[in-house]
Amino acid sequence: MQRILVGFIIALLIGGFLGVLLGISKLADETLGSLVIALQSVPSIVWLPIALILFQGSPLAILFVVVLGATWPMTMNMRMGMKNVQPILLRAAKTMGYSGGELVWKVMIPAAIPNLLTGARLAWAFGWRALMAAELIGRGGLGRTLMDARDFFNMDLVVAIMVIIAAIGLIFEYFIFSKIERRVLSRWGLNTN
Amino acid sequence: MSHVKINHVEKTFPGSKNTEPFTVFKDIDLQVAPGEFVSLLGPSGCGKSTLLNIVAGLDKATAGTVQVKEKTIQSPGPDRGVVFQEAALMPWMSVRENVEFALRKQHGKAESREKAEYYLKLVHLSKFMKSYPHELSGGMKQRVSIARALSMDPEVLLMDEPFGALDEQTRTMLHKEVQYIWEETNKTILFVTHNIRESILLSDRIVLMGTRPGGIRTIFDVDLPRPRDPASQGFADLEKDIMNVLEKEIEKVMREEMGDDFRNKKAGLLYSSNRNMGDHI
Ligand SMILES: Nc1ncnc2c1ncn2[C@@H]1O[C@H](COP(=O)(O)OP(=O)(O)OP(=O)(O)O)[C@@H](O)[C@H]1O
Ligand SMILES: [Mg+2]
Repeated sequence: MQRILVGFIIALLIGGFLGVLLGISKLADETLGSLVIALQSVPSIVWLPIALILFQGSPLAILFVVVLGATWPMTMNMRMGMKNVQPILLRAAKTMGYSGGELVWKVMIPAAIPNLLTGARLAWAFGWRALMAAELIGRGGLGRTLMDARDFFNMDLVVAIMVIIAAIGLIFEYFIFSKIERRVLSRWGLNTN
Repeated sequence: MSHVKINHVEKTFPGSKNTEPFTVFKDIDLQVAPGEFVSLLGPSGCGKSTLLNIVAGLDKATAGTVQVKEKTIQSPGPDRGVVFQEAALMPWMSVRENVEFALRKQHGKAESREKAEYYLKLVHLSKFMKSYPHELSGGMKQRVSIARALSMDPEVLLMDEPFGALDEQTRTMLHKEVQYIWEETNKTILFVTHNIRESILLSDRIVLMGTRPGGIRTIFDVDLPRPRDPASQGFADLEKDIMNVLEKEIEKVMREEMGDDFRNKKAGLLYSSNRNMGDHI
């Protein structure tokens, strides 16, 4: 549990930062951008063997996989948000004397918040899947318990744990994220209904 | 002494692989006196927005200079308030926060709030200070946008078809509002419009621009007493004069754009002077 939270936050920070960078710098977008797209198409669990070697089997390996799974969707959505800021808002802010970093911080990032939230929700979903996969194969957590249950042919426990996994995922995706999202979207005037 | 000085300004968009470089206009000379209300009128594509953006500092002139209060323009700044056709309000900020945002660059928090409230009152939006832009009508948004530009106490207010997207009634109401604001604040205003009546109703002078070659064709002084009555003889005469010059310009644009298909000798038939000419082109 703690792993997904920590991993999620790290992914939000890295992904958010990378997304902003790709969104505002053409150079970064042309170089790093394609790399991110390539990395995004690699299921993060594939990194586990490397991570296990890299961190010598410590729990950090699982965290690493979670972060890798969650970072890219966050990056891509943040990038989208930055690119789609209405130019007229930037022009208006310029006439008020804002420029450079202030434009990014005070106009572009706030304008991109709806995309940021989508990114965060996807990051959570990807991170959660990566965590479960990594725990099944690595050690510890719910995934580990699930494997143990299987080893003891304890079907009830297996099903129970699967229900827990689904429930935790659902609680976050539907209760927390969609609530925040709905509030933000209506504040941003993006509600379609 | 003039407030805004436009000296020999030229704008040429550099060509790319498939397009020739395009000179929108050159040798634009225009001086606006303090407190004067000047309209820029002309067919679509003649460069009204381009000229206004150059004054705003959002666009660079290819040649020539613009001075506002003796200072040469290099970049956008709060000494020139801009109102665009769309209100361009930040959707995540309340009405008051939007105005405060423009003020915070130069003023403290308390002062910004006070000024924001003052200017929102000026445009009669005190009741909606806590609303968000998506909760307002088009006309109200545009009033916020005007309050925001005015609140910076700019040397000149630049307006680019601020009422172009509004319906007739709202537009009429905002004309009154603008006249009231102009009289209250004594601002120098440069106002872009498609609408001949709008320009006569509001301006001290009307600058008529044309295309190919782009530039200023005629400048009309509007010597009618205020508030102006569109039904008066003077109004109608001036409207006809402007229409005559404008017709020729529009005809030229249409001939260019439609080539030989254009045989209509009386382009003016297509336009009532109160319509937005651009809609038809
Ligand atoms: N970035 C650009 N690159 C090349 N040409 C441009 C660019 N921006 C504008 N133009 C051209 O400059 C001319 C003037 O445009 P501008 O928007 O200033 O006209 P306008 O008088 O404001 O028209 P409207 O009344 O339709 O708003 C147009 O012919 C347009 O095609
Ligand atoms: Mg224009």
